[in-house]
Amino acid sequence: MTGPRARWPWGRWLVIGIPAVWLTLFFLLPFGIVLKISLSEAAVAIPPFQPWFGMEDRWLNATLANFRFLLTDNLYVAAYLSSLKIAAISTVVCLLLGFPLALGIARASPQWQAVLLLLVIVPSWTSFLIRVYAWMGILGNTGVINTLMLGLGLIDRPLVMLRTDFAVYVGIVYAYLPFMVLPLYATLVRIEPALLEAAADLGAGPATVFLRIVLPLAAGGILAGCMLVFVPALGEFVIPELLGGADTLMIGKVLWQEFFNNRAWPLASAVAVVLLALLLAPLWLFHHQQARSMGMGR
Amino acid sequence: MIRGPSPALRAAMVAVLVFLYAPMLLLVIYSFNDSRLVTVWAGFSTRWYGELFRDQQMMSALWVSLRVAVMAASAAVVLGTLAAIALTRLGAFRGRSVLGMLVTAPLLIPEVITGLSLLLLFVAMGQLVGWPAERGMLTVWIAHVTFATAFVTVVVAARLAQFDRALYEAALDLGATPFKAFTQVVLPVIAPALVAGWLLAFTLSLDDLVIASFTSGPGATTLPMVVFSSVRLGVSPKVNALATLLIAFVLLAALVSWWLLRRRSVASAPSSAGDMSRR
Repeated sequence: MTGPRARWPWGRWLVIGIPAVWLTLFFLLPFGIVLKISLSEAAVAIPPFQPWFGMEDRWLNATLANFRFLLTDNLYVAAYLSSLKIAAISTVVCLLLGFPLALGIARASPQWQAVLLLLVIVPSWTSFLIRVYAWMGILGNTGVINTLMLGLGLIDRPLVMLRTDFAVYVGIVYAYLPFMVLPLYATLVRIEPALLEAAADLGAGPATVFLRIVLPLAAGGILAGCMLVFVPALGEFVIPELLGGADTLMIGKVLWQEFFNNRAWPLASAVAVVLLALLLAPLWLFHHQQARSMGMGR
Repeated sequence: MIRGPSPALRAAMVAVLVFLYAPMLLLVIYSFNDSRLVTVWAGFSTRWYGELFRDQQMMSALWVSLRVAVMAASAAVVLGTLAAIALTRLGAFRGRSVLGMLVTAPLLIPEVITGLSLLLLFVAMGQLVGWPAERGMLTVWIAHVTFATAFVTVVVAARLAQFDRALYEAALDLGATPFKAFTQVVLPVIAPALVAGWLLAFTLSLDDLVIASFTSGPGATTLPMVVFSSVRLGVSPKVNALATLLIAFVLLAALVSWWLLRRRSVASAPSSAGDMSRR
């Protein structure tokens, strides 16, 4: 690197500096502001919170009241727990559906692999919103499933599926399944077939081969896939809003309502800070894995 | 792999693929339904397509979304490529791991948090420096560039990691400036990744509802915002028609990319199997 550096000394710093400045200004700095506002008092004003400085009675007008409120009010604790539960169950279902598909693609001929991968990716090129919306017409009281089952005489009155937690699970699994399949495929395709044949020759049954060779070798892909489903599902707003019921508690929806419906900016910020704190461990794990795959770990 | 998937595995694959495609197929079928009640079949009709194109609100929102998406994708490709070069090709520098974190974090931060934090930034900046004075297309563009850059970086970095750096150094040894060596040697090699990154950023921007809802202002309503408010209360035949057009467009794009892949694998016939499996 001595050559280019000597001939083009500032080029290197432009390449690093431009994205670094942009991301610092529009990604890192905003989190600082969220943290600051989460420690501010709400006010009937524009914007609807009190400044930290310049109040008459106190020098520094910061408060932990929003966080105290979050932790003592049952609604918020329940919303966090319910989001964790919904995201975790959806992730497991995605893994159970995605694994056979990824394994099958990895074992197909190269020509078929390309076609099947395209088939998995194509739905995510269409709109997320539209794909969630599609389930409204399927699960509704006059939707496809109920019309079909009523017509066949299987049920007397429509099953209530839309605006329930069940619909939320279906929506999350449907929307995020491709994100599970792709990393799984990427690790499964790298497993040498000779390894599996050797194990079988040495007397291991299909179950043993799967549990002791395929699963451990696919661990990286399983972790990445689970992360790509769990983390966005945890903060999901569109799916619980369109498919969930009034009693479906998810923290992304709570944050949205506090912000847009109640104009409670400090409280919404506190909700975001706690959600981010919950995500720190998975984010850190994912970052390290990402760094390794970009060749930065060395 | 010589041994193909077993029959049981094949059946499971077909079932999951049906699960992925059936809902979209139903949207397409019902978009041609004459009835206002979406799920009651009342004969074939294309009336909802006519109503869709006459819907001024949707058409102007589509125009806003397309403009934002083109500009956001273009800027994200520039920023993402620079970030990818910095992370994979510049060796060690102070703050490299911080930049790596800044680049990958937006991939996983929930959209509600990204949207809220950017809105609060714009409000604070408006108060402190008077810019941006009000929210609109510019603030949505900034927000979309920021989160799309992360996706572009991942796509371009994967391609750059395969690039043989000896080619670049040979160009330098032959007297090219780093800029010329980049545009004439590196750029042609990573061009497919740039196109893929641009398309990914474009679709992400076009599809985003949550971040745009936070950062948008009067006069800058994007298409997902209009769609969302019209389906919030129930199914809408016009949205079915819009969905069908989108699905048709994406299928066309998928067919073209499949055809290109095939042609390339035929062109490099003897090594086609190896070429495909490396992808």
